Amino acid sequence: MTITVPKPLAEEMYRRMQLIRRFEEWVVKLVESNEIAGVTHESVGQEAVAVGVCLALRDDDVITSTHRGHGHIIAKGGNVAHMLAELLGREGGYNKGRGGSMHIADMALGIFGANGIVTAGCPMACGTAYAFKRRGQDRVAASFFGDGGVNHGLFHEALNLAAIWALPVVFVCENNGYAITTPIASVTKVELYTRAAAYGMPGEAVDGMDVQAVYEATRRAVERARAGAGPSLIECRTYRFVGHYTAERFMKLDYRSDEEIVAWRKRDAIPAWSKRLGEAGLWRADDQRRCDAAVERELDQAVAIARQSPWPSADTALDHVYARTYPGLPAQGFE
Amino acid sequence: MSRQLRYLQAMNEAYHQEMERDSAMIILGEDIRGNLRGETRGLLAKFGPERVLDTPISEAAFVGFGTGAAMAGLRPIVQFQIASLVYLAFDQLVNNAAKMRLMMGGQATVPVTYTVMASGARNGLAGQHADNPYPYFLHAGIKTVCAASAYDAKGLLISAIREDDPVAFFAPAACLALRGEVPEEAYAIPFGVGEIKRPGSDVTVVAVGHLVPEAIQVADSFATEGISVQVWDPRSLLPLDKDGLCAAAARTGRVVIYDDTNRTCGFAAEVAALLAERVFGALKAPIKRITRADAPIAFSAPLEKAALPGPERLGAAIRVVCG
Ligand SMILES: Cc1ncc(C[n+]2csc(CCOP(=O)(O)OP(=O)(O)O)c2C)c(N)n1
Ligand SMILES: [Mg+2]
Repeated sequence: MTITVPKPLAEEMYRRMQLIRRFEEWVVKLVESNEIAGVTHESVGQEAVAVGVCLALRDDDVITSTHRGHGHIIAKGGNVAHMLAELLGREGGYNKGRGGSMHIADMALGIFGANGIVTAGCPMACGTAYAFKRRGQDRVAASFFGDGGVNHGLFHEALNLAAIWALPVVFVCENNGYAITTPIASVTKVELYTRAAAYGMPGEAVDGMDVQAVYEATRRAVERARAGAGPSLIECRTYRFVGHYTAERFMKLDYRSDEEIVAWRKRDAIPAWSKRLGEAGLWRADDQRRCDAAVERELDQAVAIARQSPWPSADTALDHVYARTYPGLPAQGFE
Repeated sequence: MSRQLRYLQAMNEAYHQEMERDSAMIILGEDIRGNLRGETRGLLAKFGPERVLDTPISEAAFVGFGTGAAMAGLRPIVQFQIASLVYLAFDQLVNNAAKMRLMMGGQATVPVTYTVMASGARNGLAGQHADNPYPYFLHAGIKTVCAASAYDAKGLLISAIREDDPVAFFAPAACLALRGEVPEEAYAIPFGVGEIKRPGSDVTVVAVGHLVPEAIQVADSFATEGISVQVWDPRSLLPLDKDGLCAAAARTGRVVIYDDTNRTCGFAAEVAALLAERVFGALKAPIKRITRADAPIAFSAPLEKAALPGPERLGAAIRVVCG
């Protein structure tokens, strides 16, 4: 398979996928050392989707993300030190420690929030896209959600809104085959991308283990959106190599077979892309090593920065609730 | 003579004046262009289809749409055709709009106004069209106002629109036909400032929305019995004018709370708790609550009446606390 994207972009695709993979592996370590509280959902295995989509967007485009959002945020250019500080609950985190893994946001980078409610970002992306359209800007909003999202009312309502108002939205379904333990085929009778037809928009399925295929499909959808032709649905077929959340590794669940996991791991998008870079003559033997080493350094530094970031002070617990506060609002829990 | 407007006309004037003032404002909801009741009259002609949107019947999506539009710099008014429809959108209201700013560490600003039309409907609208769901909003920390008169409707709606946070504006069904003096110029009634709607010295009735004019009538009827009844209207329920409330209660030492929401964890429960915490020493009698029953509203007239707060019960409670 040929590489059609320019070399710097092809390298950047690799670098971001590797950064996501190694970031998630750090997350596991930091969960196990009890430095990260709460719930974390790693996107190991799904890196090509996040990177293929986000590199097809402009910096001033917007994304809405999901509970499994670390990859989207890194792919959109998120700063890993600020992300890790957020996961550690520190004041130096993206959300000043108020959000944690499931709510990381950087409005300046167009990251309108990871979101812990399945498909909650879909209608928000519509509203954001409407604001762009109304101002005459050619910006686009891309909304990520899982296969579990396609049976949610919000997904259907949002696709319809985007279609009737020809909004510049790209709906990205990351079909990793399961919603926690529920196989998508057991809860859905049709191919997921065909849902698009019901709303009068194009839908297509792409190999979510091929970063370039995801990138190209997104490019088409983005061009269409920028040209004022309205939304699209892209189903990216992918797989999570690890559990639904970090703790699942110790839970001995049997909803999927080892053979299935092994088969998908063989299709790992990151070594596959590196191999293609080599075969295309774009990379020499030690280019990958050089790139990987830079990723390690970036993450080591980010972890150190995050660990040094101060804890928020308890007397700021009621800050940031409202843009405008009033006497007694928000009320303290005691008086 | 000063100019008189109906409540819906006062809302309409607020919409027109604010949308004229700020081109970032849009309004959306069901049958906005068709102008079902009058509060959206003339908006489409004046501001065009890009700012006046008729949505499909998709409450959850159009609330989420409002949040996303607001985060991207617009100032949407999101209208609920009837109050019970807020339940369809509850996740988007509570989990998203209301929490977004905190969850993002202050990065998101969500200036959306939800106009909740015809709340607490009367006269046979039965189980699914008679709710008055503002306690849910208060519980979720969403700023909430409830206007009892045409004057308050215009002033509170303008304040709601200018606020940089999500605000729910409740328009009680039983108020929509009220007429009253409404100044032509735009004016804002500040949040967190209640108002004595009728002065009195023996007992304070804390009344909300359509129960304010009812309470005033009941208060007037007590003049012949020599009982002087003060009626205090919080106007904004969150933020609540706690100092004004406590001062009004302490002045008379007797309090009846008159509120058309469920008894358990309703607005009256919060007011009673607050007064007990803050002005217990000034009270001469136990606080009384006249509220809606903890039950769905039945269709048939005598059953409907039995479950709602009404003037006879308010009168009886006033006698008890003054007795
Ligand atoms: C509306 C809603 N229902 C249930 C949940 C609980 N929940 C969290 S993740 C998840 C599975 C989501 O599956 P999918 O959308 O396929 O995403 P994936 O986890 O596979 O990335 C569920 C049911 C939720 N967060 N939101
Ligand atoms: Mg899934």
